[in-house]
Amino acid sequence: MTNRKTWLYFIPYGLWLALFVIAPVALIIYQSFFDLGHHFTVANYGTYFQSATYLKMTLNSVWYAFLITLFTVLISYPTAYFLHQLKHRQFWLLLVILPTWINILLKAYAFIGIFSQAGLANQFLTFIGIGPQQILFTNASFIFVATYIQIPFMILPIFNALDDLNPAFINASKDLGASAWQTFHRVIFPLTLPGVKAGVQAVFIPSLSLFMLTRLIGGNKVITLGTAIEEHFLTTMNWGMGSTIGVVLIVAMIIVMTLTGDQKPKGGTPR
Amino acid sequence: MTQPIIALHHVTKRYGDATILKNIDLTLEPGKFYTLLGPSGCGKTTILRTIAGFTDATDGDVLFAGDRINDVPANKRNVNTVFQDYALFPHMTVAENVAFGLTLKKRPKPEIAERVAQALKLVQLADYGDREISALSGGQQQRIAIARAIVMEPQVLLLDEPLSALDAKLRRQMQYELRDLQQRLGITFLFVTHDQEEALAMSDEIFVMSQGEVLQSGSPVDIYDEPINHFVADFIGESNILPGKMIADFQVAFGGHQFECADAGIPVNEAVEIVIRPEDLTLTDPANAKLTVTIDTQLFRGDYYEIAATDSLGNDWLIHSVNPAEDGESVGITFRPQDLHVMRFGEKEAEFDARLETYETEDESHDEP
Repeated sequence: MTNRKTWLYFIPYGLWLALFVIAPVALIIYQSFFDLGHHFTVANYGTYFQSATYLKMTLNSVWYAFLITLFTVLISYPTAYFLHQLKHRQFWLLLVILPTWINILLKAYAFIGIFSQAGLANQFLTFIGIGPQQILFTNASFIFVATYIQIPFMILPIFNALDDLNPAFINASKDLGASAWQTFHRVIFPLTLPGVKAGVQAVFIPSLSLFMLTRLIGGNKVITLGTAIEEHFLTTMNWGMGSTIGVVLIVAMIIVMTLTGDQKPKGGTPR
Repeated sequence: MTQPIIALHHVTKRYGDATILKNIDLTLEPGKFYTLLGPSGCGKTTILRTIAGFTDATDGDVLFAGDRINDVPANKRNVNTVFQDYALFPHMTVAENVAFGLTLKKRPKPEIAERVAQALKLVQLADYGDREISALSGGQQQRIAIARAIVMEPQVLLLDEPLSALDAKLRRQMQYELRDLQQRLGITFLFVTHDQEEALAMSDEIFVMSQGEVLQSGSPVDIYDEPINHFVADFIGESNILPGKMIADFQVAFGGHQFECADAGIPVNEAVEIVIRPEDLTLTDPANAKLTVTIDTQLFRGDYYEIAATDSLGNDWLIHSVNPAEDGESVGITFRPQDLHVMRFGEKEAEFDARLETYETEDESHDEP
């Protein structure tokens, strides 16, 4: 009786899992074996791995996701560390999280305004005498905005890791003669590394398939896998090829998850 | 007297409006085992943290071997701490933990390996160097924490309730080991605990604390036999504390009778409190008894019976007896004059010591049971 009751609690989650995780993934894998004429084939994979365009796209995606993750870590760790020292840290943390409640499209459009020829950024550059520059539709602006959007998802797990760190470890380190820097790099950082890994998972994987920002901010100069999938499904209607790239992305995610350990991502994904 | 290794002069610690330490004076000599004893929140750990350098004194001086170290950061002080929850680094092996301090000092590798091996041998965990911290039991973690501190060869080892997480049997065993270790190393131990049994068992000298003040300091026997006030008497061991009145030197009245006692120098007719330890009371025939009590209840404690009784004035008595009594039985109790200890209300330690001087100088051993 108790067994059956416990089983009942699984139904909502089971349904969700089946409908929104297992079924779509199965469909993507299934679709990836069909060409435009609905014939079963492995040609899509052949095309993918033989085409310089696709491989370059993959490399591009990984490279930009890497850059975005790197900049996010470089900004987020010191920020999380600083926030953690503050008196009303939960409040300051809330201010960091706040922008994630706003839709990514709205934020992208806001940046279009800021970076445009007559935008705030160029007004400032003009004011200090540099003159207006092409900011929008550059790779730099794409990385900038992507980093901006991902930062909260990196700060949160790092902040949590710092919060979970027993202050006695820091005292013990000092007690044994460690300077502030030695304490940081031999005790604090290694012990909060799981938080960084969780953050990398939460940032790197979604960054692989960014497509809205590459178009709106990056001006489609960088074609990432995300852009390619969108094109195949909505423009060329080659669902088989789109699914193949999807499968490649899924495999890439599994690889990243494995590399960054068994930590589950603590943040959400921007969408 | 030798140069004290640690001295606190008028140390006060305030957090906002709360005063955690009130004008603490305390001297530690080299090579002795000291204990800060008190209930939680009495400030004992704050004293430890002040000496270790994890917190600053609001006022007063902290001296190490005569030098003021208030402004010396924790990592530059020649004291090491064994933390309450051990604080062993979980991302390092046992050997890496113990070697941590030495690698920071950039000692040569062979020297580090040798000293780590020695320290592990000292805490009887010689073969555990390659283990993960999570693979150790509480008692083993405790020993590693000690090894990690003593490998630094500090002149003072601070121990913050290190036994509180262990089970009773292991705790007793560690008491022997800690005492033994301190005597072999010959360094000063400052041990913090709320467990009076631990304090009595291990210390050369105990500081009894309450609400940010040191109420009494002295050898375990002194503190047990001559507690300065109600709090100390009650906190250290079991005790019968009764209201009484001083009749004359060496004469005190309580429980409706007058008794010979071992205390003097108190004004006649002053209201006082009398302490009698339960194990100093002997059950006897009512005919040759000093007081008669009625047995309420008794508990068998293994090596003795703990008997609760009431006298004719309604005072409660706690008696430890090897032999059982009958519930409801009227029995006599007897005690010797030196088993009584008279406490004055609000007497400070300095006054207490001065008063003791006046009548104990000729006969030092007179308070020994």
